[in-house]
Amino acid sequence: MKKNLIERLLPIIASLTWAFLFGIMLILFTEGTPVVRFVSPVRFIFGLHWYPVHDPPEFGILPLILGSLMVTGGAILVALPLGVGCAVYIAELAHPRAREIIKPLTEMLAGVPSIIYGFFGMVFLAPIIRRMFDLPTGLTGGTAAIILGIMALPTVASIAEDSISSVPRHLREASYALGANQWETITRTVIPAARSGILTAVILGIGRAIGETMTVLMVAGGSAVIPHQFFTPVRPMTSTIAAEMGEAPMGGMHYHALFAIGLVLFFITLSLSLVAEWVKER
Amino acid sequence: MSRMRNFSLFVTTLFLLTFVGNQGCTRKEPNTLTLTGSTTVLPISQMAAEAFMELHPKVNISVQGGGSGVGIAALIDQTADIANASRPINTKEIARCREKGIDPVGNLIAQDGIAIVVHTSNPIEELSLEQLKAIYTGEISKWSDLGGEVKPIVVVSRDVASGTFEVFKEKVLKGSKTREDALMLASNKAVATTVSETPYAIGYVGIAYLSSEVKALKIDGVEPANETVTSGKYEVARPLYMYTNGKPKGLAKEFIDFIMSREGQKIVEEVGFVPVK
Repeated sequence: MKKNLIERLLPIIASLTWAFLFGIMLILFTEGTPVVRFVSPVRFIFGLHWYPVHDPPEFGILPLILGSLMVTGGAILVALPLGVGCAVYIAELAHPRAREIIKPLTEMLAGVPSIIYGFFGMVFLAPIIRRMFDLPTGLTGGTAAIILGIMALPTVASIAEDSISSVPRHLREASYALGANQWETITRTVIPAARSGILTAVILGIGRAIGETMTVLMVAGGSAVIPHQFFTPVRPMTSTIAAEMGEAPMGGMHYHALFAIGLVLFFITLSLSLVAEWVKER
Repeated sequence: MSRMRNFSLFVTTLFLLTFVGNQGCTRKEPNTLTLTGSTTVLPISQMAAEAFMELHPKVNISVQGGGSGVGIAALIDQTADIANASRPINTKEIARCREKGIDPVGNLIAQDGIAIVVHTSNPIEELSLEQLKAIYTGEISKWSDLGGEVKPIVVVSRDVASGTFEVFKEKVLKGSKTREDALMLASNKAVATTVSETPYAIGYVGIAYLSSEVKALKIDGVEPANETVTSGKYEVARPLYMYTNGKPKGLAKEFIDFIMSREGQKIVEEVGFVPVK
């Protein structure tokens, strides 16, 4: 009887996931779409100026979208080589004892709270970047991208490592049998065989980076301008919402505009997840 | 099946009990005080409420944000005993008070003063309000225009949602837009840290956040300090009020008296504002 009850409850609990997802989408839609009452969707997405509390306000989020994309793209440029390198080392080269130490350490990197990364970026990395490139300020999209790359590293490394480890042994043996050395086997056989897993890792890493809020709020500088170079202050979508939602009067233009940014962000991450699923199945 | 029914009966009972319990709590009691309004005043009322409730364990004070306008609307609707406001009540609101027979009385509890800061190596000592505005709108973009080095000015601002930005917008920008490439940072601390580490930066922070790591500028010849804000000489500041219906009485009076006491004014300073006593 008891087992029966629990068995009945489990599908309900499982379906809660759907309920939450559906509820979040519903809220985003009902609170985000009213923005079209003040500004046309085209002017909203392609507008160049974000002055939400000025009189009259301007709600153009192109600088915010491009800020997010630039920071995320930069993060992947950092996370991909480091993550795949890490994965190859752990899966193929490391001595089993070294692997036992390195693998959990990489995973611990994922457990560091993002505010710590933000603090590290603001106090330590930003001054270095400023001096190195002789910039007016070190709080830039590029600085944020480097930090986000380090943050996305564990995601990329662990998924890439799983897919490299699951490359069948006979492929490696065939490669060795043809006279290839270890390096040739890794670069010509193992990595190509694991490429869909590595691609999934990259996409999930992008998802991790584009949704990150605290770090970019602290490190990216926050200027709502179209980024014209890598080390220039930018204002990604997430930090805009985080910084401004607290004071936006409920039900006002600014409030709905922030929800609409959330909606845009949600569609970007949703399509990333769908692409990741599609790649994984192939 | 009977056990299942028992279970659901149990859940329903629990549910009903919580509901009844809640009903009891929300009923208006003489020992409760509700404050609504400005999020700038929020940290003061929050900290003061905690300290006050520790002294008077039977009292229950609820503090909510929402903005100055929301607070005054709540006072008019009598859903709040005290309206926190970071600006004086305006004529429209006074008219609505009259309609409803409310007599809004402002109690000045603190001042919100903003200091303009630069890097310690910067030779500039003072600016006029016009120069400051020109820097933030982008009309002046080099320190050499102000008698400093031939270097671009790194303009650091606060996020548009902050009370600090609001004061700055009202007292300095006066309706103009900040230059688009200004850094927008999320806290007073972040501005102070950034300015202290960026040689050609200018920023603004609450007066309580001044330290030896940054250099505070005189504005129109007046030094930013608690005394100059209180005397009204320093211009980049605004008063913070607690509005009550009529002169404060009962618990509201006790609470406002507490904020005006030595201990209360110490809290005002601790959370970053200028005490008025």
